[in-house]
Amino acid sequence: MWRVGTVVALHNETATARTIRFEVPDWPGHVAGQHVDVRLTASDGYSAVRSYSIASAPNANRLFEITVERLPDGEVSPYLTQDVVVGDRLELRGPIGGWFVWRREQTEPIQLIAGGSGIVPLMAMTRSRNSTGGTAPFRLLYSVREPKAIWYSNELQALSQRDPSFSITYAYTRVTPNDWPRPAGRIDSALIANATWPSSLGPTCYVCGPTSFVESAAGLLAASGNSSDRIKTERFGPTGDRK
Amino acid sequence: MAITSRGFFGRRSTADAKLPPGQYVTTDFPVLSAGPTPRVPLDKWEFTIKEGNQILRRWDWKSFRNLPAETITVDIHCVTRWSKLGTIWEGVPLDTLFKDITTDAEYAMVHSYGDYTTNLPLADLMNKQAWVAFRFDDDDLAPEHGGPARLLVPHLYLWKSAKWIRGITLMQEDQPGFWEGLGYHMYGDPWREQRYSGDE
Repeated sequence: MWRVGTVVALHNETATARTIRFEVPDWPGHVAGQHVDVRLTASDGYSAVRSYSIASAPNANRLFEITVERLPDGEVSPYLTQDVVVGDRLELRGPIGGWFVWRREQTEPIQLIAGGSGIVPLMAMTRSRNSTGGTAPFRLLYSVREPKAIWYSNELQALSQRDPSFSITYAYTRVTPNDWPRPAGRIDSALIANATWPSSLGPTCYVCGPTSFVESAAGLLAASGNSSDRIKTERFGPTGDRK
Repeated sequence: MAITSRGFFGRRSTADAKLPPGQYVTTDFPVLSAGPTPRVPLDKWEFTIKEGNQILRRWDWKSFRNLPAETITVDIHCVTRWSKLGTIWEGVPLDTLFKDITTDAEYAMVHSYGDYTTNLPLADLMNKQAWVAFRFDDDDLAPEHGGPARLLVPHLYLWKSAKWIRGITLMQEDQPGFWEGLGYHMYGDPWREQRYSGDE
Protein backbone atom coordinates (compact mmCIF):
# COMPACT_ATOMS: atom_id res chain seq x y z
CA MET A 1 0.00 0.00 0.00
CA TRP A 2 1.35 3.36 -1.03
CA ARG A 3 1.05 6.25 1.41
CA VAL A 4 1.47 9.93 0.70
CA GLY A 5 4.16 11.79 2.62
CA THR A 6 4.65 15.54 2.72
CA VAL A 7 8.17 16.92 2.80
CA VAL A 8 8.33 19.07 5.93
CA ALA A 9 12.08 19.75 6.20
CA LEU A 10 15.28 19.47 4.17
CA HIS A 11 18.84 19.54 5.46
CA ASN A 12 22.11 19.09 3.59
CA GLU A 13 24.48 16.71 5.37
CA THR A 14 27.34 17.18 2.89
CA ALA A 15 27.77 18.64 -0.59
CA THR A 16 26.15 15.51 -2.07
CA ALA A 17 23.84 14.22 0.67
CA ARG A 18 20.50 15.57 1.81
CA THR A 19 18.18 14.59 4.63
CA ILE A 20 14.46 14.73 3.85
CA ARG A 21 11.89 14.72 6.64
CA PHE A 22 8.45 13.37 5.78
CA GLU A 23 5.19 13.71 7.59
CA VAL A 24 2.85 10.80 6.84
CA PRO A 25 -0.61 11.00 8.46
CA ASP A 26 -1.15 7.23 8.38
CA TRP A 27 2.46 6.21 9.12
CA PRO A 28 2.33 3.01 11.18
CA GLY A 29 5.68 3.62 12.89
CA HIS A 30 8.99 1.90 12.24
CA VAL A 31 11.79 0.00 13.93
CA ALA A 32 15.37 1.29 13.68
CA GLY A 33 17.09 -0.28 10.67
CA GLN A 34 14.03 -0.56 8.42
CA HIS A 35 13.74 1.05 5.01
CA VAL A 36 11.08 2.71 2.92
CA ASP A 37 10.33 2.62 -0.81
CA VAL A 38 9.99 6.01 -2.52
CA ARG A 39 8.09 6.26 -5.82
CA LEU A 40 8.45 9.11 -8.29
CA THR A 41 5.99 9.37 -11.17
CA ALA A 42 6.46 11.45 -14.33
CA SER A 43 3.56 13.30 -15.94
CA ASP A 44 3.07 10.51 -18.51
CA GLY A 45 2.77 7.85 -15.82
CA TYR A 46 6.33 6.48 -15.96
CA SER A 47 7.50 5.75 -12.44
CA ALA A 48 10.68 4.74 -10.67
CA VAL A 49 11.03 3.34 -7.16
CA ARG A 50 14.08 3.14 -4.91
CA SER A 51 14.58 1.94 -1.34
CA TYR A 52 16.11 4.19 1.30
CA SER A 53 17.00 3.37 4.88
CA ILE A 54 15.22 5.38 7.54
CA ALA A 55 17.62 7.62 9.49
CA SER A 56 15.41 8.82 12.32
CA ALA A 57 14.39 7.17 15.58
CA PRO A 58 10.95 5.64 15.95
CA ASN A 59 8.54 8.29 17.24
CA ALA A 60 4.84 8.89 17.77
CA ASN A 61 4.69 12.00 15.58
CA ARG A 62 4.14 10.36 12.17
CA LEU A 63 7.51 11.73 11.09
CA PHE A 64 10.57 10.05 9.66
CA GLU A 65 13.72 11.04 7.81
CA ILE A 66 15.81 9.53 5.07
CA THR A 67 19.25 10.71 3.97
CA VAL A 68 19.94 10.35 0.26
CA GLU A 69 23.32 10.48 -1.42
CA ARG A 70 23.31 11.90 -4.92
CA LEU A 71 24.68 9.33 -7.36
CA PRO A 72 26.09 10.98 -10.50
CA ASP A 73 24.28 8.54 -12.79
CA GLY A 74 21.28 8.02 -10.54
CA GLU A 75 17.68 8.16 -11.70
CA VAL A 76 15.96 9.01 -8.42
CA SER A 77 18.67 10.38 -6.11
CA PRO A 78 19.37 13.56 -8.14
CA TYR A 79 15.68 14.45 -7.94
CA LEU A 80 15.50 13.80 -4.21
CA THR A 81 18.68 15.73 -3.44
CA GLN A 82 18.20 18.69 -5.81
CA ASP A 83 14.60 19.12 -6.95
CA VAL A 84 12.41 18.29 -3.96
CA VAL A 85 11.19 21.28 -1.94
CA VAL A 86 9.33 21.59 1.34
CA GLY A 87 5.64 21.00 0.75
CA ASP A 88 6.12 18.41 -2.01
CA ARG A 89 4.08 15.24 -1.66
CA LEU A 90 5.74 11.92 -2.50
CA GLU A 91 4.50 8.35 -2.54
CA LEU A 92 6.00 6.04 0.08
CA ARG A 93 5.70 2.39 0.99
CA GLY A 94 6.84 0.91 4.25
CA PRO A 95 8.34 0.51 6.67
CA ILE A 96 9.96 -2.65 5.28
CA GLY A 97 12.35 -5.21 6.71
CA GLY A 98 12.53 -7.29 9.86
CA TRP A 99 16.11 -8.60 9.91
CA PHE A 100 18.50 -5.66 9.92
CA VAL A 101 16.80 -4.00 12.88
CA TRP A 102 17.66 -3.04 16.44
CA ARG A 103 14.88 -3.15 19.03
CA ARG A 104 14.89 -1.35 22.36
CA GLU A 105 14.49 -4.67 24.19
CA GLN A 106 17.98 -5.71 23.10
CA THR A 107 20.41 -5.23 25.98
CA GLU A 108 23.54 -6.98 24.63
CA PRO A 109 26.56 -4.95 23.39
CA ILE A 110 26.00 -3.61 19.90
CA GLN A 111 28.71 -3.18 17.29
CA LEU A 112 27.84 -0.90 14.40
CA ILE A 113 30.11 -0.77 11.35
CA ALA A 114 29.28 1.74 8.63
CA GLY A 115 30.88 2.34 5.26
CA GLY A 116 29.98 5.74 3.78
CA SER A 117 26.23 6.20 3.42
CA GLY A 118 25.77 2.85 5.19
CA ILE A 119 25.64 4.98 8.34
CA VAL A 120 21.93 5.71 7.80
CA PRO A 121 20.23 2.65 9.36
CA LEU A 122 22.93 2.56 12.06
CA MET A 123 22.16 6.20 12.86
CA ALA A 124 18.52 5.23 13.29
CA MET A 125 19.63 2.57 15.81
CA THR A 126 21.84 5.08 17.65
CA ARG A 127 19.03 7.63 17.75
CA SER A 128 16.51 5.00 18.83
CA ARG A 129 18.70 4.00 21.75
CA ASN A 130 19.25 7.63 22.72
CA SER A 131 15.62 8.70 22.41
CA THR A 132 14.47 5.95 24.75
CA GLY A 133 17.22 6.48 27.30
CA GLY A 134 18.65 3.10 26.39
CA THR A 135 21.78 1.89 28.12
CA ALA A 136 22.82 -1.00 25.87
CA PRO A 137 26.53 -0.39 25.18
CA PHE A 138 27.03 0.75 21.58
CA ARG A 139 30.22 1.04 19.56
CA LEU A 140 30.30 2.58 16.11
CA LEU A 141 33.13 2.06 13.65
CA TYR A 142 32.50 4.49 10.81
CA SER A 143 34.61 4.33 7.66
CA VAL A 144 34.57 7.39 5.40
CA ARG A 145 36.66 8.63 2.54
CA GLU A 146 37.66 11.87 4.24
CA PRO A 147 36.64 14.00 7.24
CA LYS A 148 34.18 16.14 5.31
CA ALA A 149 32.32 13.04 4.17
CA ILE A 150 31.05 12.28 7.70
CA TRP A 151 27.28 12.47 8.00
CA TYR A 152 25.58 13.57 11.25
CA SER A 153 29.00 14.67 12.52
CA ASN A 154 27.93 17.15 15.23
CA GLU A 155 25.17 14.93 16.54
CA LEU A 156 27.47 11.91 16.74
CA GLN A 157 30.10 13.93 18.54
CA ALA A 158 27.59 15.26 21.07
CA LEU A 159 26.17 11.80 21.71
CA SER A 160 29.56 10.22 22.30
CA GLN A 161 30.67 13.05 24.59
CA ARG A 162 27.74 12.87 26.94
CA ASP A 163 27.22 9.11 26.93
CA PRO A 164 30.10 6.94 28.17
CA SER A 165 28.47 3.77 26.82
CA PHE A 166 28.44 5.06 23.24
CA SER A 167 31.78 5.35 21.50
CA ILE A 168 32.84 6.11 17.94
CA THR A 169 35.96 5.22 15.98
CA TYR A 170 36.45 6.83 12.60
CA ALA A 171 38.45 5.16 9.86
CA TYR A 172 39.50 7.27 6.87
CA THR A 173 40.17 5.54 3.60
CA ARG A 174 41.69 8.43 1.59
CA VAL A 175 42.33 11.56 3.64
CA THR A 176 42.79 11.73 7.42
CA PRO A 177 42.59 14.75 9.74
CA ASN A 178 45.95 16.26 10.72
CA ASP A 179 47.87 14.25 13.30
CA TRP A 180 45.55 11.29 12.92
CA PRO A 181 47.30 8.23 14.39
CA ARG A 182 46.16 5.72 11.76
CA PRO A 183 47.17 6.18 8.14
CA ALA A 184 44.40 6.34 5.57
CA GLY A 185 43.21 2.87 4.67
CA ARG A 186 40.42 0.38 4.78
CA ILE A 187 39.26 -1.37 7.91
CA ASP A 188 41.68 -4.19 8.72
CA SER A 189 42.05 -6.88 11.36
CA ALA A 190 44.08 -4.62 13.67
CA LEU A 191 41.32 -2.01 13.68
CA ILE A 192 38.68 -4.68 14.26
CA ALA A 193 40.72 -5.93 17.23
CA ASN A 194 41.17 -2.42 18.68
CA ALA A 195 37.87 -0.73 17.97
CA THR A 196 35.16 -3.39 18.20
CA TRP A 197 33.77 -5.41 21.10
CA PRO A 198 35.66 -8.58 21.97
CA SER A 199 33.71 -11.48 20.53
CA SER A 200 33.67 -13.06 24.01
CA LEU A 201 31.08 -10.41 25.03
CA GLY A 202 28.68 -11.78 22.43
CA PRO A 203 27.87 -8.54 20.66
CA THR A 204 25.33 -8.30 17.89
CA CYS A 205 27.05 -6.70 14.91
CA TYR A 206 25.36 -4.61 12.21
CA VAL A 207 27.41 -3.92 9.09
CA CYS A 208 26.11 -1.64 6.34
CA GLY A 209 27.79 -0.16 3.29
CA PRO A 210 28.88 -0.93 -0.24
CA THR A 211 29.15 -4.62 -1.07
CA SER A 212 32.94 -4.86 -1.05
CA PHE A 213 33.08 -3.02 2.28
CA VAL A 214 30.52 -5.30 3.89
CA GLU A 215 32.15 -8.44 2.49
CA SER A 216 35.44 -7.38 4.03
CA ALA A 217 34.17 -6.10 7.40
CA ALA A 218 31.80 -9.03 7.99
CA GLY A 219 34.60 -11.44 7.11
CA LEU A 220 36.95 -9.75 9.60
CA LEU A 221 34.31 -9.90 12.34
CA ALA A 222 33.78 -13.61 11.71
CA ALA A 223 37.55 -14.22 11.65
CA SER A 224 37.90 -12.50 15.04
CA GLY A 225 35.53 -14.99 16.62
CA ASN A 226 32.10 -13.45 16.20
CA SER A 227 29.41 -16.00 15.42
CA SER A 228 28.02 -15.65 11.90
CA ASP A 229 24.46 -15.56 13.13
CA ARG A 230 25.27 -12.45 15.20
CA ILE A 231 26.63 -10.54 12.20
CA LYS A 232 23.81 -8.84 10.33
CA THR A 233 24.61 -7.22 7.04
CA GLU A 234 22.99 -4.86 4.59
CA ARG A 235 24.74 -4.22 1.30
CA PHE A 236 24.13 -1.86 -1.55
CA GLY A 237 25.77 -1.06 -4.84
CA PRO A 238 27.49 -3.30 -7.36
CA THR A 239 30.12 -5.88 -6.56
CA GLY A 240 32.83 -3.70 -8.00
CA ASP A 241 34.31 -0.95 -5.86
CA ARG A 242 32.94 2.40 -6.96
CA LYS A 243 34.33 4.42 -4.07
CA MET B 1 -4.14 7.45 -8.53
CA ALA B 2 -0.45 8.19 -8.49
CA ILE B 3 0.84 11.56 -7.45
CA THR B 4 2.88 13.17 -10.22
CA SER B 5 6.33 14.31 -9.19
CA ARG B 6 6.68 17.81 -10.64
CA GLY B 7 9.75 18.01 -12.85
CA PHE B 8 10.56 14.29 -12.71
CA PHE B 9 11.19 12.67 -16.07
CA GLY B 10 13.17 9.55 -15.22
CA ARG B 11 15.58 7.56 -17.28
CA ARG B 12 13.85 5.12 -19.59
CA SER B 13 15.39 2.48 -21.75
CA THR B 14 14.05 0.28 -24.50
CA ALA B 15 14.92 -2.72 -22.35
CA ASP B 16 12.17 -1.72 -19.92
CA ALA B 17 9.65 -3.44 -22.17
CA LYS B 18 11.04 -6.81 -21.07
CA LEU B 19 10.98 -5.95 -17.38
CA PRO B 20 8.52 -6.96 -14.67
CA PRO B 21 6.72 -3.98 -13.09
CA GLY B 22 8.81 -1.72 -10.85
CA GLN B 23 12.19 -3.10 -11.97
CA TYR B 24 15.13 -1.32 -13.61
CA VAL B 25 18.04 -2.77 -15.56
CA THR B 26 21.51 -2.95 -14.09
CA THR B 27 24.65 -4.21 -15.77
CA ASP B 28 26.34 -4.71 -12.38
CA PHE B 29 25.70 -7.76 -10.27
CA PRO B 30 24.71 -6.45 -6.83
CA VAL B 31 24.98 -8.68 -3.77
CA LEU B 32 22.31 -9.09 -1.09
CA SER B 33 22.96 -11.35 1.85
CA ALA B 34 21.78 -11.28 5.43
CA GLY B 35 25.17 -12.08 6.95
CA PRO B 36 28.80 -12.88 6.22
CA THR B 37 29.60 -14.93 3.13
CA PRO B 38 30.15 -18.58 4.13
CA ARG B 39 33.27 -20.25 2.73
CA VAL B 40 32.48 -23.84 1.83
CA PRO B 41 35.46 -26.01 0.87
CA LEU B 42 34.65 -28.38 -1.98
CA ASP B 43 35.85 -31.44 -0.06
CA LYS B 44 33.27 -30.64 2.67
CA TRP B 45 30.44 -29.72 0.32
CA GLU B 46 27.43 -31.95 0.05
CA PHE B 47 23.92 -31.69 -1.25
CA THR B 48 21.01 -33.71 0.09
CA ILE B 49 17.34 -34.16 -0.69
CA LYS B 50 15.30 -35.06 2.37
CA GLU B 51 11.73 -35.83 3.26
CA GLY B 52 11.21 -35.39 6.98
CA ASN B 53 14.33 -36.88 8.56
CA GLN B 54 14.86 -39.35 5.77
CA ILE B 55 17.66 -38.66 3.32
CA LEU B 56 16.46 -39.56 -0.17
CA ARG B 57 19.57 -38.57 -2.12
CA ARG B 58 23.04 -37.30 -1.32
CA TRP B 59 25.87 -36.01 -3.50
CA ASP B 60 29.37 -34.87 -2.71
CA TRP B 61 31.00 -32.32 -5.01
CA LYS B 62 32.55 -34.92 -7.28
CA SER B 63 29.39 -36.96 -7.80
CA PHE B 64 27.35 -33.77 -8.23
CA ARG B 65 29.72 -32.46 -10.89
CA ASN B 66 29.53 -35.78 -12.71
CA LEU B 67 25.84 -35.15 -13.36
CA PRO B 68 24.96 -33.79 -16.78
CA ALA B 69 24.86 -29.99 -16.65
CA GLU B 70 23.47 -27.43 -19.05
CA THR B 71 24.02 -23.80 -19.95
CA ILE B 72 21.13 -21.47 -19.13
CA THR B 73 20.62 -17.89 -20.33
CA VAL B 74 18.01 -16.07 -18.27
CA ASP B 75 16.90 -12.68 -16.93
CA ILE B 76 17.06 -12.36 -13.14
CA HIS B 77 14.99 -10.04 -10.98
CA CYS B 78 15.83 -8.92 -7.43
CA VAL B 79 13.12 -7.71 -5.06
CA THR B 80 15.30 -4.65 -4.41
CA ARG B 81 14.25 -3.66 -7.95
CA TRP B 82 17.26 -4.35 -10.11
CA SER B 83 17.03 -6.79 -12.99
CA LYS B 84 19.92 -8.20 -14.95
CA LEU B 85 19.19 -9.40 -18.46
CA GLY B 86 20.69 -12.31 -20.34
CA THR B 87 22.76 -13.80 -17.52
CA ILE B 88 24.58 -17.01 -18.43
CA TRP B 89 24.88 -19.88 -15.96
CA GLU B 90 25.87 -23.51 -15.92
CA GLY B 91 24.01 -25.87 -13.65
CA VAL B 92 22.26 -29.16 -13.09
CA PRO B 93 18.49 -29.10 -13.59
CA LEU B 94 16.47 -30.08 -10.54
CA ASP B 95 14.65 -32.55 -12.78
CA THR B 96 17.90 -34.52 -12.87
CA LEU B 97 18.38 -34.35 -9.10
CA PHE B 98 14.79 -35.46 -8.46
CA LYS B 99 14.84 -38.23 -11.07
CA ASP B 100 13.24 -41.39 -9.68
CA ILE B 101 12.04 -39.66 -6.51
CA THR B 102 8.34 -40.14 -5.95
CA THR B 103 6.65 -38.02 -3.32
CA ASP B 104 3.26 -36.57 -2.56
CA ALA B 105 4.88 -33.50 -0.95
CA GLU B 106 3.89 -30.27 -2.65
CA TYR B 107 6.38 -27.86 -1.08
CA ALA B 108 10.11 -27.59 -0.62
CA MET B 109 12.33 -25.81 1.89
CA VAL B 110 15.73 -24.96 0.48
CA HIS B 111 18.60 -24.93 3.00
CA SER B 112 21.93 -23.15 2.66
CA TYR B 113 25.30 -23.13 4.31
CA GLY B 114 25.02 -20.18 6.69
CA ASP B 115 21.51 -21.33 7.70
CA TYR B 116 19.54 -19.36 5.10
CA THR B 117 16.27 -20.95 4.05
CA THR B 118 13.61 -20.25 1.42
CA ASN B 119 10.36 -22.02 0.55
CA LEU B 120 8.87 -22.85 -2.84
CA PRO B 121 6.16 -25.07 -4.29
CA LEU B 122 7.85 -28.23 -5.53
CA ALA B 123 6.21 -27.71 -8.93
CA ASP B 124 8.28 -24.52 -9.38
CA LEU B 125 11.48 -26.55 -9.13
CA MET B 126 10.49 -29.01 -11.82
CA ASN B 127 10.16 -28.94 -15.63
CA LYS B 128 13.32 -27.00 -16.48
CA GLN B 129 12.45 -24.10 -14.22
CA ALA B 130 15.24 -24.53 -11.66
CA TRP B 131 18.90 -25.50 -11.51
CA VAL B 132 21.70 -25.90 -9.01
CA ALA B 133 24.18 -23.56 -10.68
CA PHE B 134 27.94 -23.64 -10.19
CA ARG B 135 29.26 -21.38 -12.94
CA PHE B 136 28.36 -17.81 -13.87
CA ASP B 137 29.59 -15.99 -16.97
CA ASP B 138 32.16 -18.68 -17.77
CA ASP B 139 33.70 -18.64 -14.32
CA ASP B 140 33.30 -20.69 -11.17
CA LEU B 141 30.55 -19.10 -9.09
CA ALA B 142 32.13 -16.58 -6.69
CA PRO B 143 31.41 -17.04 -2.96
CA GLU B 144 29.58 -13.68 -2.67
CA HIS B 145 27.23 -14.80 -5.43
CA GLY B 146 26.56 -18.15 -3.81
CA GLY B 147 29.50 -20.36 -4.76
CA PRO B 148 30.32 -23.18 -4.80
CA ALA B 149 26.69 -23.71 -5.87
CA ARG B 150 23.39 -21.91 -5.62
CA LEU B 151 19.82 -22.53 -6.58
CA LEU B 152 18.68 -20.69 -9.71
CA VAL B 153 14.90 -20.20 -10.07
CA PRO B 154 14.79 -17.26 -12.45
CA HIS B 155 11.01 -17.01 -12.77
CA LEU B 156 10.77 -15.93 -9.11
CA TYR B 157 12.45 -13.01 -7.29
CA LEU B 158 16.10 -13.79 -6.74
CA TRP B 159 15.88 -14.32 -2.96
CA LYS B 160 14.28 -17.69 -3.85
CA SER B 161 17.50 -18.62 -5.69
CA ALA B 162 19.27 -19.53 -2.45
CA LYS B 163 23.02 -19.00 -2.38
CA TRP B 164 25.37 -21.64 -0.88
CA ILE B 165 22.72 -24.34 -1.27
CA ARG B 166 23.24 -27.52 0.73
CA GLY B 167 19.92 -29.27 0.46
CA ILE B 168 16.19 -29.41 -0.11
CA THR B 169 13.64 -30.75 2.35
CA LEU B 170 10.25 -31.78 1.00
CA MET B 171 7.22 -30.60 2.97
CA GLN B 172 3.51 -31.44 2.97
CA GLU B 173 2.57 -27.91 4.03
CA ASP B 174 4.06 -24.60 2.94
CA GLN B 175 6.20 -22.91 5.60
CA PRO B 176 7.99 -19.56 5.47
CA GLY B 177 11.75 -19.48 4.94
CA PHE B 178 14.08 -16.72 6.16
CA TRP B 179 12.85 -13.64 4.29
CA GLU B 180 9.32 -15.02 3.99
CA GLY B 181 9.16 -14.91 7.80
CA LEU B 182 10.41 -11.32 7.81
CA GLY B 183 7.78 -9.60 5.72
CA TYR B 184 8.48 -10.89 2.21
CA HIS B 185 6.03 -12.73 -0.02
CA MET B 186 5.57 -16.50 0.25
CA TYR B 187 5.74 -17.02 -3.53
CA GLY B 188 7.49 -13.98 -5.06
CA ASP B 189 6.42 -13.77 -8.70
CA PRO B 190 8.07 -10.64 -10.17
CA TRP B 191 5.52 -10.34 -12.98
CA ARG B 192 2.74 -10.04 -10.38
CA GLU B 193 5.02 -7.86 -8.22
CA GLN B 194 4.69 -10.12 -5.18
CA ARG B 195 7.39 -8.40 -3.13
CA TYR B 196 6.05 -8.20 0.39
CA SER B 197 3.59 -10.19 2.46
CA GLY B 198 0.17 -8.72 1.73
CA ASP B 199 0.86 -8.23 -1.99
CA GLU B 200 -1.81 -10.05 -4.00
